[in-house]
Amino acid sequence: MIFFKLIVTNLQRHRLRSLISIAGIAFSVAAMLTVVTILQGAVAMFSGILSSDSQLIVFERNVSDLFFSNVPDDAVKQIDAWPTVQHVNAVLFGIVSSSDHPIITCFGVTPSDARIHNATWLSGNRDNFAKGDSEVVLGERAAEFLNARAGSRVQIGHGSFDVLGIVRTANGFEDGGVFMPLGTAQTFFHKQGLSSVATVKLKNKENAAAFERAVQARYPDLIALEDNEFNQSYSQFKILTATAWAVGGCGLLLGGLGIANTMIMSVFTRIREIAILRVNGFSNKQIAGVIFGESALVSLAGAAAGLLIGWMAIFVLKFVPALHGYVDTHVRLYVMFAVVGLACITGIAGALYPAFYAVRIRAVEALRFE
Amino acid sequence: MSDAAQYSSSSQLAVLRAADVWKSYDNGSIKVLNGVDFHVHAGRTVALCGPSGCGKSTLLHLLGGLDEPDRGSISLNGAPLRLNRSSLRLLRHQVGFVFQLHNLIPDLTLEENCLIPTVAAGTNRRQAHARLMQLTERTGLAHRLDQRIQKLSGGERQRTALCRALMNRPRILLADEPTGSLDGNTSGRVFELLLELVETEGITLVMATHDRALAEQCDRLVEMHDGRVYES
Repeated sequence: MIFFKLIVTNLQRHRLRSLISIAGIAFSVAAMLTVVTILQGAVAMFSGILSSDSQLIVFERNVSDLFFSNVPDDAVKQIDAWPTVQHVNAVLFGIVSSSDHPIITCFGVTPSDARIHNATWLSGNRDNFAKGDSEVVLGERAAEFLNARAGSRVQIGHGSFDVLGIVRTANGFEDGGVFMPLGTAQTFFHKQGLSSVATVKLKNKENAAAFERAVQARYPDLIALEDNEFNQSYSQFKILTATAWAVGGCGLLLGGLGIANTMIMSVFTRIREIAILRVNGFSNKQIAGVIFGESALVSLAGAAAGLLIGWMAIFVLKFVPALHGYVDTHVRLYVMFAVVGLACITGIAGALYPAFYAVRIRAVEALRFE
Repeated sequence: MSDAAQYSSSSQLAVLRAADVWKSYDNGSIKVLNGVDFHVHAGRTVALCGPSGCGKSTLLHLLGGLDEPDRGSISLNGAPLRLNRSSLRLLRHQVGFVFQLHNLIPDLTLEENCLIPTVAAGTNRRQAHARLMQLTERTGLAHRLDQRIQKLSGGERQRTALCRALMNRPRILLADEPTGSLDGNTSGRVFELLLELVETEGITLVMATHDRALAEQCDRLVEMHDGRVYES
């Protein structure tokens, strides 16, 4: 109890300084949590698009980005005929811009695609999808920012299309996208006879490994991966995730420097007190424990405040119209633990030098210190 | 055999002993102790008297292991004093310190200040509290346990420092001008209390003081001048 009070006492003595340190860690934690959660949410949404009613994804081997992947229609048709396969859906991804929006994602899909089938149709008739070459279906958010409704005509990239219907999906990317019949998309993006990926559902998912081997043997330029394998290996996801942690890590590093500064100041201002503890028998370990304890308290308080601020920031971002549907407010438990753990490690690292300095204080000199 | 003769002839029985101890500061430019020989027997009270700067405090610091001599040796119970981690830890529990400026932690209460040495020693909480009650009752502080140090008078603060120094039942108490910051009356009362506690607990006391009247109440008075010791 007294040990704890020795730790807390110094924080109470210098309340403003303590609060600034806590705020430094809190904002670092909040930044890390927000960036990591949003990017992970984005990754999860994108992988959700790929895994819609499927277990495997087939795409061109060694492409860095699925937008550059080419899967021939012939291969899709042949795979669809394999006895172990329940169904295959070819999807062509494309990105265009309109006058007000720099990025609109287009999905070239077949009428049987789960994205069209499972979506909630807010207007229009799903049975008419792909019956006309110049008709598109808009996601709910795309319809908002294109100011379009069923029956209206919209300019998308260099083309002009009739809006067949408007759909609501659970996925932010899809809600902000445009669905075209596959053939229309292939023409529009000059990719006749090609799609970006083929999503595959097997009759028995236990056959996934055999399916992957079969694709490799039959189509050397293609690769088949299970959805979770793809999520772990896709370089874009890795880059996004690494970027998120790196940005957050930099924030925490700055917070850690703040803690180091605070703890150095703390040791300097309590040199005499440390000497008193030393004269009264405190060991090096106990002296260091007081310093590390103070730092750990600052880190934990900062982490707790940061989690709250970060969560609030994510919550608010969810309601920003431009980000509608893109932000997943579900904060993963492991992310919370990782962020708090990193904050504590940062705090401890920040207290290393101050603790080292404190245990080297010579009582006889420090007692003369005013 | 007189006390003085006994002290001078039986240094091998000394609980604390300094042999030819030299100490200087600022790379030798300030010479503080110049070959001090000093010893004290268990259970005795010794006063170190002398003018400011004569080396009293420095000698106390060396005897208590707060500092190392440049030359010479300090021994405790016949064994050379080593300032390594484990020896120092033991030493801190055998030797208590009382300073002129009480050196209490102002944000803690009287009770918390007194319990600091027991935290360091890892003493059982109940035992520590029993000892605290015993000492604070004897020093008349039992009713002030939860008071912060800022609210205590000078005499109370010094009595608190005394209690703290005795919490771990040290065998030796080193007191550096323990009444130096107190007025005459308070000084006398605190010193009486100090002697009484030292006597009842069987503690060896080495006290540095300017006050000759207080020094003469000790078993033995040692004069210090220019970094040397003279028995009186």
